[in-house]
Amino acid sequence: MAERIVVDARGSFCPGPLMELIARLKFAAVGEEIEVLSTDKGSAADIPEWLRKVGHELLDTREEAGVWHIALRKSK
Amino acid sequence: MKILIVGGGMGGTILGNNLARRLAPEMRAGKVQLKMLSASDKHMYQPGLLYLALGRMTPDELYRDQVSLLEPGIDFEVDPVVSFELDHNQVKTKSGKTHGYDILVIATGSRPVPEMIPGLAENAETFYTEETALKMFKRLQAFQGGRVVIAVGVPHKCPMAPLEITFMLHDYFKDRGIRDKVELHYTYPVGRVHSLENVAKWAAPEFDRLGITYETLFNMKEVDGANKVVKTEEGSEAKYDLLITIPAHKGMEVIESNKLGAGGFIPTDKTKLTMEGRTNVYVIGDTTNIPISKAGSTVHYQVETLGENLAAIVKLGSPVREHDGKVFCFIECGKDRATYATFNYTVPPDPKPPTRAVHWFKMAYNKLYWTSARGLL
Ligand SMILES: Cc1cc2nc3c(=O)[nH]c(=O)nc-3n(C[C@H](O)[C@H](O)[C@H](O)COP(=O)(O)OP(=O)(O)OC[C@H]3O[C@@H](n4cnc5c(N)ncnc54)[C@H](O)[C@@H]3O)c2cc1C
Repeated sequence: MAERIVVDARGSFCPGPLMELIARLKFAAVGEEIEVLSTDKGSAADIPEWLRKVGHELLDTREEAGVWHIALRKSK
Repeated sequence: MKILIVGGGMGGTILGNNLARRLAPEMRAGKVQLKMLSASDKHMYQPGLLYLALGRMTPDELYRDQVSLLEPGIDFEVDPVVSFELDHNQVKTKSGKTHGYDILVIATGSRPVPEMIPGLAENAETFYTEETALKMFKRLQAFQGGRVVIAVGVPHKCPMAPLEITFMLHDYFKDRGIRDKVELHYTYPVGRVHSLENVAKWAAPEFDRLGITYETLFNMKEVDGANKVVKTEEGSEAKYDLLITIPAHKGMEVIESNKLGAGGFIPTDKTKLTMEGRTNVYVIGDTTNIPISKAGSTVHYQVETLGENLAAIVKLGSPVREHDGKVFCFIECGKDRATYATFNYTVPPDPKPPTRAVHWFKMAYNKLYWTSARGLL
């Protein structure tokens, strides 16, 4: 299986984790997995909400030492 | 030592001049050669395009001859790179030449790609190139009223442009006496009106006060030109009479074709500014994949770190500091007021209320830019 794409958005205020994810998704293939790393607590809620709205699959959300790891699969 | 800079835009030019000053003795002694390869003999002040679209700057004000901006000693050639042979420490150019290096800096920038969204290029106005900014200017002049929708692609350079064009359009239509005939509708890709939380907190009530409507989580999927509707990934739609877009960007094609990074954005270490997996290749500006604003000020501060580090590598054998991710962005809030946001990797911005003084500072910077590119400011 192809390696997970990591979007390291730790410490990103602008454009921020969700915008970084939207940008990276454009250049990923359907079926590819992406893991977003974020130090912004808000993204832990924003990203899953956006994924639900748009229809990509949320795989996992967890927090480790102040860093949120949000894993997803590009579904379309 | 051979230092090769690929790209003569904002980043490449400021870095070249910075290094030429720091390394003047070594260059005179023939110990260091500084070469710059670029795709154009003209240097464009890209932020001026915003003003061009509104008839407040003219095309000639946007350009200088690249050579006139460079310190003597920099060996400048217009000959774009077509292949990066990083394992052999060399690049090949369009004219067929091969250039070796000890240190390579890639600063090839980014480009708008409205074609990524079906119907967008044909149906929207934008101001990200001279040609499109002039077309937008003419379209605005002919516009007599209706619904104007601002739609934003991701990623894009200049994170303040969506807000700035909206505030400036408000004043533009007001000055023409037709603001009451224009409905201004702003949209934005994430869940608030700007990626920076404090900027969003300030801008949303400002939009309310000016009668500008807005909608968030709005990512363009296609534009139906026949029915004048933008459709989004989220399933919503927006009707327009005039569609203005800040299109999504990619890095340069040469970066993609050489497989240096997805979408033309090169994986880059955000504190060392090295390309991931390479120790003698540095990347600055729009073409990095660092999660930071694609802005002139971003690359300006990156150059301050990199200039110091590269000179230290020559003089001391190693870099001396890590980059902190500093950004300083002006935010035009109409035709005569502005504020600014300054932040880095750890400290968020806290924008102050807009003032006339900051606007005039930005107007002055539009002229001072040439001094900044020469590395004097
Ligand atoms: C409308 C607009 C408004 C903006 N407003 C602001 C603002 O208010 N504040 C701000 O800070 N920033 C602003 N920016 C963003 C800013 O202009 C860019 O972020 C900045 O120019 C990036 O610098 P760079 O050196 O990475 O790339 P660029 O300045 O784009 O330079 C890229 C260089 O690479 C060269 N090149 C391309 N391909 C090759 C090749 N194959 N080989 C060799 N050379 C090549 C090009 O000729 C060019 O010289 C704005 C941009 C636009 C379009």
